[in-house]
Amino acid sequence: MGAHLPILQVVLPLMAAPFCIILRRSEWVWGVTVLVAWGVFAMTSMVVWDVHLNGTINYHIGDWPPPWGIEFRIDLPSAYVLLIVSLIGAVVASYARASVLKEIPQDRIYLFYTNYLLCLTGLLGMSATGDVFNLFVFLEISSLSGYTLIALGSDRRALTASYRYLILGTIGATFYVIGLGLMYMMTGTLNMADLAQRLPEVVETRTILVSLAFLTVGLSLKVALFPLHLWLPNAYAYAPSVVTAFMAATATKVAVYVMIRIFYFVFGGTDVFAEQGVAEAIMGLAIAGMFVASIVAVFQSNLKKMLAYSSVAQIGYIMLGISFVSVTGLSAGMVHLFNHALMKCALFLALGCVFLRIGSVEIKDMAGMGRRMPLTMGAFVAGGLSLIGIPLTVGFISKWQLMAAAFEANLWFVAVLIPLSSLIAVVYVWRVVEVAYLKPVPEGAAKLEEAPLSMLIPTWVMALAAFYFGIDTDLTLGVAIDAANSLLGGGQ
Amino acid sequence: MSFLNGIDIPGLFNYWVAVFLMMTGFYVVISRGNLVKKIVGLNLFQISVFLLYISMSKVDGGTAPILADGIEVYSNPLPHVLILTAIVVGVATTALGLALIVRINEAYGTVEDTEINAIEQKMEERE
Repeated sequence: MGAHLPILQVVLPLMAAPFCIILRRSEWVWGVTVLVAWGVFAMTSMVVWDVHLNGTINYHIGDWPPPWGIEFRIDLPSAYVLLIVSLIGAVVASYARASVLKEIPQDRIYLFYTNYLLCLTGLLGMSATGDVFNLFVFLEISSLSGYTLIALGSDRRALTASYRYLILGTIGATFYVIGLGLMYMMTGTLNMADLAQRLPEVVETRTILVSLAFLTVGLSLKVALFPLHLWLPNAYAYAPSVVTAFMAATATKVAVYVMIRIFYFVFGGTDVFAEQGVAEAIMGLAIAGMFVASIVAVFQSNLKKMLAYSSVAQIGYIMLGISFVSVTGLSAGMVHLFNHALMKCALFLALGCVFLRIGSVEIKDMAGMGRRMPLTMGAFVAGGLSLIGIPLTVGFISKWQLMAAAFEANLWFVAVLIPLSSLIAVVYVWRVVEVAYLKPVPEGAAKLEEAPLSMLIPTWVMALAAFYFGIDTDLTLGVAIDAANSLLGGGQ
Repeated sequence: MSFLNGIDIPGLFNYWVAVFLMMTGFYVVISRGNLVKKIVGLNLFQISVFLLYISMSKVDGGTAPILADGIEVYSNPLPHVLILTAIVVGVATTALGLALIVRINEAYGTVEDTEINAIEQKMEERE
């Protein structure tokens, strides 16, 4: 049993999904989803512990040895991402019940949980697999169920948002497949470790350079790297609250992980990422995204859309870290992957609580919310502080590490731009705080109950985690640095 | 004439066709405002990639990869298997896309991008 955990953690939600369709009753289906999600988290934790003690796990599916068979290869970076995905998956599933009951028609609730489990399967599979084509299949499992989840939003704009995401997501995934095809042409293998060994010989050929270009653009679409982020704001704004919290914290993060995997592992034996201008291009786009998306966020009246634009900016920070091509930079990117997942999840969960009670996330409806729903708005402010990067929050750790990487690379102007863009985050977070705490409660407004505990507890767990990991960084930053070291070949 | 080396049309015929289809499909996705036509373009785009994979699996003088007596050279079966998977993914994407279009048509009464944008613009102004 223990030896098969790497595959079981992916197969369990996959098997549970059709089971949910048979069950149909919404309370039971929710129960199964929560059980499965926490079960997956338990299994992932065991796998991660195993990786921590004994190093990389190579699991051969069907006992076919790689490179012929598909291999699940779980090393430190993938263990790290697996843990993020399964943790968020479990917390959001526990939170989902009341919110889903309010936002999704009764007869579709079981379909929601089915798709939720499928999406979880896809994301876990992407993080665990050691085969680039298998990764594409998991990518499509998570994407297709993701489109469906977004389309379940109650606003009709959710449908068009989902459609646009489908078009752009499919183009991105197809670009990725073209890239794989060209790599396969030159090396004859799809196994990541095998590719990493064979690529250095052929890396100078135009085929491989073109394949790198296709992979970069295709994955950038999935990551929502500025300016390929156009699908993201509406998708996040009109999806059900639970879906937004889940996808914002996991889907783009796993795509970033795949990018890291391709650049630093598959192309790890070559310096093509640093030499061919890819890193510089990504750095430029990341910085542009940090500023443009933050400024756009300031002018949004829909708070979910505001946070969605802020996500694009935060992805800019992650990609900036990756583009430094140094252990410090890569670890900054990876630690922000975790930190941003925590804070964005807390923020979107808090907005889900607000939506449950007042049925809106428009800023004009937020007047006096700080007094009407103090616990919910407290969590929102806590998440907002992390977003800005106040000391003692996780956001500070990420930005500190990013600036260290910028100074290390002698790019002092980049180091200046990082806190400068955080100032814009102050503006958009303050806008909400001002309306929620300083504006009076509108006259004649009904007295509001706090959100139910089943929603408040997960929200506060995320918000408090965002403080805890801002003080105790051994687990997050420590592991991120080890993972970066392992990817960059034992430190440079 | 070294720049003509890569333009070996008879020798690379399959690849030229694949790239032509790829660009046609991509162009249709970008330029058409009708949601159904976008899906058609997307299909063309995906299918061109299938062609690319199948072309590269051909081994000179090789036959179909089915074991038989007296045959030494086979084409590479792996890309075929990969593309079988990719076809399934493509079908699922198309089905989901078309299902979404049906829902969009019910909600907006149109499948034209410009008209949907106009309706959404109005919704945003009202908020």
